Amino acid sequence: MRVSLFVTCLADHFYPEVGEAVVHLLRRHGVSVDFPAGQTCCGQPAWNTGHQDEAKAFALQYLKTFENSEYIVMPSGSCAGHVRYFYPQMFKNDKEFFKPICDIADRTYEFSEFMVKVLGLKDIGATYKAKAVYHNNCHMNRELGVRDEPLELLRHVRGLELVDNPRPELCCGFGGAFSVKMPEISTAMADEKIGTLASTQADLLISADGGCLMHMGGRMGRTGVQMRPIHLAQLLWEGVQKK
Amino acid sequence: MSGQPHSMPEFPERIDKALKDQQLRGALRYTADRLYNGRKNAMADLNAQAAEDLSIGTLHDLKKRAREIKEHSLKNLDFYLQQAAANIEAAGGTVHWAASAADVIHITQEICHRSGAQRVIKAKSMASEEVFLNHALEGQGVEVVESDLGEYIIQLAGETPAHIVIPAIHKTRRQIADLFGEVAGKEMPTDTPSLTAFARETLRKKFMAADVGMSGSNFVVANSGTLCIVTNEGNGRLSTSVPSVHIAVVGMEKLVPSMEDLSVLMALLPRSATGQKISTYFNMITGPRRPGEPDGPEELHVIFMDNGRTNLLGSEYEEALYCIRCGACLNACPVYRNIGGHAYGAIYPGPIGAVISPLLNGLESWNDLPQASSLCGACHEVCPVGIHLHDHLVSLRAKMAEQGKDSWGWRVAMRVWMGLWLKPWAYRLMSKVGYHGLKFFAKKQADGREICTDLPGPFKGWTNTRNFPAVARRTFHDRWADLEGGESK
Repeated sequence: MRVSLFVTCLADHFYPEVGEAVVHLLRRHGVSVDFPAGQTCCGQPAWNTGHQDEAKAFALQYLKTFENSEYIVMPSGSCAGHVRYFYPQMFKNDKEFFKPICDIADRTYEFSEFMVKVLGLKDIGATYKAKAVYHNNCHMNRELGVRDEPLELLRHVRGLELVDNPRPELCCGFGGAFSVKMPEISTAMADEKIGTLASTQADLLISADGGCLMHMGGRMGRTGVQMRPIHLAQLLWEGVQKK
Repeated sequence: MSGQPHSMPEFPERIDKALKDQQLRGALRYTADRLYNGRKNAMADLNAQAAEDLSIGTLHDLKKRAREIKEHSLKNLDFYLQQAAANIEAAGGTVHWAASAADVIHITQEICHRSGAQRVIKAKSMASEEVFLNHALEGQGVEVVESDLGEYIIQLAGETPAHIVIPAIHKTRRQIADLFGEVAGKEMPTDTPSLTAFARETLRKKFMAADVGMSGSNFVVANSGTLCIVTNEGNGRLSTSVPSVHIAVVGMEKLVPSMEDLSVLMALLPRSATGQKISTYFNMITGPRRPGEPDGPEELHVIFMDNGRTNLLGSEYEEALYCIRCGACLNACPVYRNIGGHAYGAIYPGPIGAVISPLLNGLESWNDLPQASSLCGACHEVCPVGIHLHDHLVSLRAKMAEQGKDSWGWRVAMRVWMGLWLKPWAYRLMSKVGYHGLKFFAKKQADGREICTDLPGPFKGWTNTRNFPAVARRTFHDRWADLEGGESK
């Protein structure tokens, strides 16, 4: 089986170790991984700010970059949600590209979804002694419909005490450009969300999306909340190495 | 028109004011949570009952049927409006057509004037709020009293509703006691029985003295001409049966073809709004008092109001007219629960308000509201008629961008950034520019990670309250060379 990694612009620039973790974990389970060099961004920032022509250009670039890929896997529920939910909408009236766009959307997976649904894994053999809370990414839950897969993987990590997220439905307030366009509301949302998560006394804040982690991590760093933000893939890879 | 009679501060100022008001935010979160959880439990019960064949369907079934009913009604709106009008008139009512807010005001003023009305008692009606009816009637020297407890509170405070269903959601018990105290001329205790007893006593006199009763209508059943009013206080029944004239202001999207269709929407409305299986009162009004009947008004006037609704018909936003005004999207919205209704400024706040306010009033108004969303989709998730609210917010942002309503600086920055990122070589070059650019501002933390705490330009909004990570010295693109062809253990 061959997978193409779409690392996402956020992980590429700020969390390259997350991309590395995904590559190692996939290879560990017999998957060969390639990394098409033409990749940049899924175009979600353009779409969400109303620049639809640019967003479509990003979609076509994604199509061109990954057209020969069997599976495309990315460590972000939000980017995967954008590809699967919005790409087909963008091209719904486009005779030329609608079908190939739908096809490529169908071959696109969020990392934990791929591990559980395609590879059929639950226990990847990781050990990680910590108390942790998992943060649900809104787009991953609501656009992609992936909710339980990350938890399934985490429940099988030995030593990990996974506590319930008190308010899983509540957004962290990132919202891409929203976080800079409406910074006060965005920060108020982060504070409310972080408050609910910190109330669990967890040491680790796990998410399957770099955007949420960057946002909450940035706010926690400023307000002094002691919880380490960590991407699911990175936690699993560290956990496998610890064994 | 902007749908806004008075000048108000700009959106950022309104947001700032709300965010600084801890009393407001505390009250909002408390009630929004109560309503959110009430809805969740009610829907779980509904699904459990459906599993035992004890209800007319699961939430999923009802949502699907509700969408079909609303879609069908709107596609055949001309037919159902005529049918409803004919049935209302056959039952002895009078039907009026109002294209605009001004028409609604004019028609209402005419009826009040003709019947010599001095005092109007009102049941809760967002349609009348939408056209600022109280303001217009008071200008004519007519006393208008809101009889819904929440509406009464905000009327005393001189405010507009802060929530579609719970107008005084933002008020604390103490604030309410102070408002009532001003009317009573004495200090009021803050316990619920004392406050409601005071409102009951005061309002009862107003009901009895009123010449005209006004209401909205949650649904109008077309094939019988029946107005349906959902309340929890019984004020809807008193307002529409005690005074000799009843005027109902009805948004023209409120039509449902039949009683059977009504049962589907009524299964969803109270559950979505307050978590109730059914509201405490549910009034169905077909025509005015008939000969021999002991109560009810002598005249019934139904004003069907457009006021911008036809802007949505046949457009990509048509499903926003499916809205049954349950307020579930407000209660679920993490933006609404932090800033409340008044910060939005428009009569309809929250996700549904951010979608319909620019559409009803024209895209030149309220065009900053669609920006106030993280697009988390909680609104769509709880909407009983499945309106794709966050998709419409994105689409409205696109309309604003097309029309150049984004700020100039933002537009140029986005275009340049996107233009570069569409070329893989330029994207990789930008990574290096970003690395060196951010490095200039970055500080090393105790854990060795580099962060920026004070960035210029558009990033300032971020770093005012949050740290921003530095770009990795070696991005993943750089690191791939080490990984390529390698084996992982």
